[in-house]
Amino acid sequence: MTITSLSDLKALKARLDQSASDKVKILMSLGTCGLAAGGSKVVDAIEETMASQNLGDKYEAVPVGCMGLCYCEPTIELRDNSGKSIIYGDVTAEQIPAILKAGMSGAPAGTTVVERTWYYPEDEANTHKALQARIALRNTGCINPELIEDYIRQDGYQALGKVLSGMKPAEVSQLVLEANLRGRGGAGFPTGKKWQFAAAQPKGKKYMICNADEGDPGAFMDRAVLEGDPHSVLEAMTIGGYAIGSDIGIIYIRAEYPLAITRLRIAIDQAHEMGFLGKNILNSGFDFDIELKYGAGAFVCGEETALIHSVEGRRGEPTFKPPFPAVQGLWKHPTVVNNVETYANVAAIIRKGAAWFRTVGTAGSPGTKVFALAGKVNHVGLVEVPMGTTLRDIIFSLGGGISKGRAFKAVQTGGPSGGCITTKNLDTPIDYETLKAIGSMMGSGGMIVMDEDDCMVNIARFFLEFTCDESCGKCTPCRIGNRRLYEMLTDICHGKGTPQTLVELRNLALVIKDTALCGLGQTSPNPVLSTLTNFADEYEAHVNEKRCPAGVCERLVRFTINEKCVGCGVCARNCPVTAITGATKKRHVINQDKCIKCGICFEKCMFKAIDKQ
Amino acid sequence: MSCDCCGKKEKALEKLMKLEPKKTTELVAFIDSLPLGNDIDANRGCLIETLHRAQTIFGYLPAEVQQLVSERLKITRSEIYGVISFYSYFTDKPIGRHKINVCCGTACFVKGATRIVDEFKSKLGIKEGETTPDKKFFLGVLRCVGACSLAPVVMVDDHVYGKVTPEMVSTILADYQD
Repeated sequence: MTITSLSDLKALKARLDQSASDKVKILMSLGTCGLAAGGSKVVDAIEETMASQNLGDKYEAVPVGCMGLCYCEPTIELRDNSGKSIIYGDVTAEQIPAILKAGMSGAPAGTTVVERTWYYPEDEANTHKALQARIALRNTGCINPELIEDYIRQDGYQALGKVLSGMKPAEVSQLVLEANLRGRGGAGFPTGKKWQFAAAQPKGKKYMICNADEGDPGAFMDRAVLEGDPHSVLEAMTIGGYAIGSDIGIIYIRAEYPLAITRLRIAIDQAHEMGFLGKNILNSGFDFDIELKYGAGAFVCGEETALIHSVEGRRGEPTFKPPFPAVQGLWKHPTVVNNVETYANVAAIIRKGAAWFRTVGTAGSPGTKVFALAGKVNHVGLVEVPMGTTLRDIIFSLGGGISKGRAFKAVQTGGPSGGCITTKNLDTPIDYETLKAIGSMMGSGGMIVMDEDDCMVNIARFFLEFTCDESCGKCTPCRIGNRRLYEMLTDICHGKGTPQTLVELRNLALVIKDTALCGLGQTSPNPVLSTLTNFADEYEAHVNEKRCPAGVCERLVRFTINEKCVGCGVCARNCPVTAITGATKKRHVINQDKCIKCGICFEKCMFKAIDKQ
Repeated sequence: MSCDCCGKKEKALEKLMKLEPKKTTELVAFIDSLPLGNDIDANRGCLIETLHRAQTIFGYLPAEVQQLVSERLKITRSEIYGVISFYSYFTDKPIGRHKINVCCGTACFVKGATRIVDEFKSKLGIKEGETTPDKKFFLGVLRCVGACSLAPVVMVDDHVYGKVTPEMVSTILADYQD
């Protein structure tokens, strides 16, 4: 069926709403991590139970994308038509019959119920004082991503209809600019401005690109959107295409995201069938099509000029700006590159208006940001919070605090380009500017929490190793400078650093920041600089005392056996180099010359008799 | 007219056809379906897609495949090699039947991924990026598969193992006794 006008679309939505069953929906979270955690076993159990107990008229099972509750996958949600819902975490196949028997009446004993910590600003007031506000993730985890009807039921493609049936291209850019939607890829450039630049170029071939090359290790929000709500990205790209006068969109996606690729392909086909892509969309005379291009594993391709080279089939090396891509981009034509999450916000802005969008978030950075919370935190997962939320709320309320009851040490935002934020800044309301002011950056939204067991020098070294791997090699500061930084950090971790190393480390880091060609190089020293500033004592301990306070840097660690030893011999039996000796039921001793510092004795000891210093 | 490169052309296709007739036919059919022409820039736009397909078919990108792609797309071998060596996804070395990839993204790193890599290295007797002599296992590290809640994560072919400990390594390897 082809939709040819906005009223057609509205009529279809009304029909879909009317025909909606009054069955209770079982939303089954089946993103990549849901599947990895054993989600398909739960799906089998649900299907089996429904078949054997004839529950087909009571329930409707819906596979959905990631709900963001990665820490308690597999997750399912029961939701009835009134909006009442029960979310179950850590679901096992055995629990399913009891859960389905209880239905909406309450959770059976032995199950884990998860509180909903979010609200949907588009549809409801924040009545339960939720910390999360879901705009970009509004459909992720609620709809079947493989059914365009589900998307239409959520007002899908209405924004496109509104734009094509009554707005001039310039009005669209202006609206997005007024909403002050800023690039969610990390840099925070106003999206409306980008669109205006490209629209102002002479008529001709123009390109709309979606940057789905999520390369920041520890960030997976774009994948969640693409897997859970692919149509929202297609709709926004089409709207953008209309605004700048482009007829072709390209989604540049990592080849490592096979599920997202499959779902995008399905979505593109469906949008074609219904007439939301292709020639003469909604009878407006506007043509737009979207194709997929695959990345091949290069972090630097997240940088827009590098990405464009990669789409052109070249090595993904960045070039100097200006000319900006909005003036001269893909095949030398004006090109807009926006991130997945940025696009995911567009349709809501068009539907509800700029003023509405600005009611969420802060004055300078309206709206929300999705963070991928990971590392040493209890509730690993995706959170979408209004800009201006404090890190304390994110880590301790939404994240459930630090795992294993350890003490919080630092949080790294912005991935390899960002910095570490410490306890003293936990209460800073975060947006683009405040994060920069405290020595980090928004980045794509990875948020890795670290506890007292993490060595900050080693963490900085980890990020530099990553940057060295991923540097494209075009400019010298990045290619050679980062390598030298990495070597210095390695020296420090191995106990070969001197006070002079620290001075040189800081100097070189500052030089790279000032002189590198692209965003990757200019930000790569951030992890070093921020840890040097915030954890100077740790660097000094490594350099002056040849000691790793966190006990991580293997070459600086010393294992000894204390008086708690009962002489059980477990350590001696497990030591791979027989460095531990002692008589049965007598305190054992570690031969420091033989010890390879593998730490096995430390783990195996059940009496806390091994000290790690 | 005959020249060196035309001679080579025959060789690349012929050699491949002799070695892997089925795979070669599949790749040639794919390349023929692309909108290629004399515009090198436009052809180049199809290069990465072609290499992806070629690697899926052959498992890696041997010299003969590179040569074939070079001729069909009218792009020099040196440039193609430049692209292959730039992107970590592409490899010109044959890899094992089972691809073990240990995630070394930040979340996995802080949860001890390095020890998992070490354990695989010692159990298999190879380094990262290498294949065991019996061509059974390839050991690689990658940056984030996005399953951070299960960190540390190991992917073997398409299967994801979560919350991996060094002790689990031998169990994982035992799953692939073929």
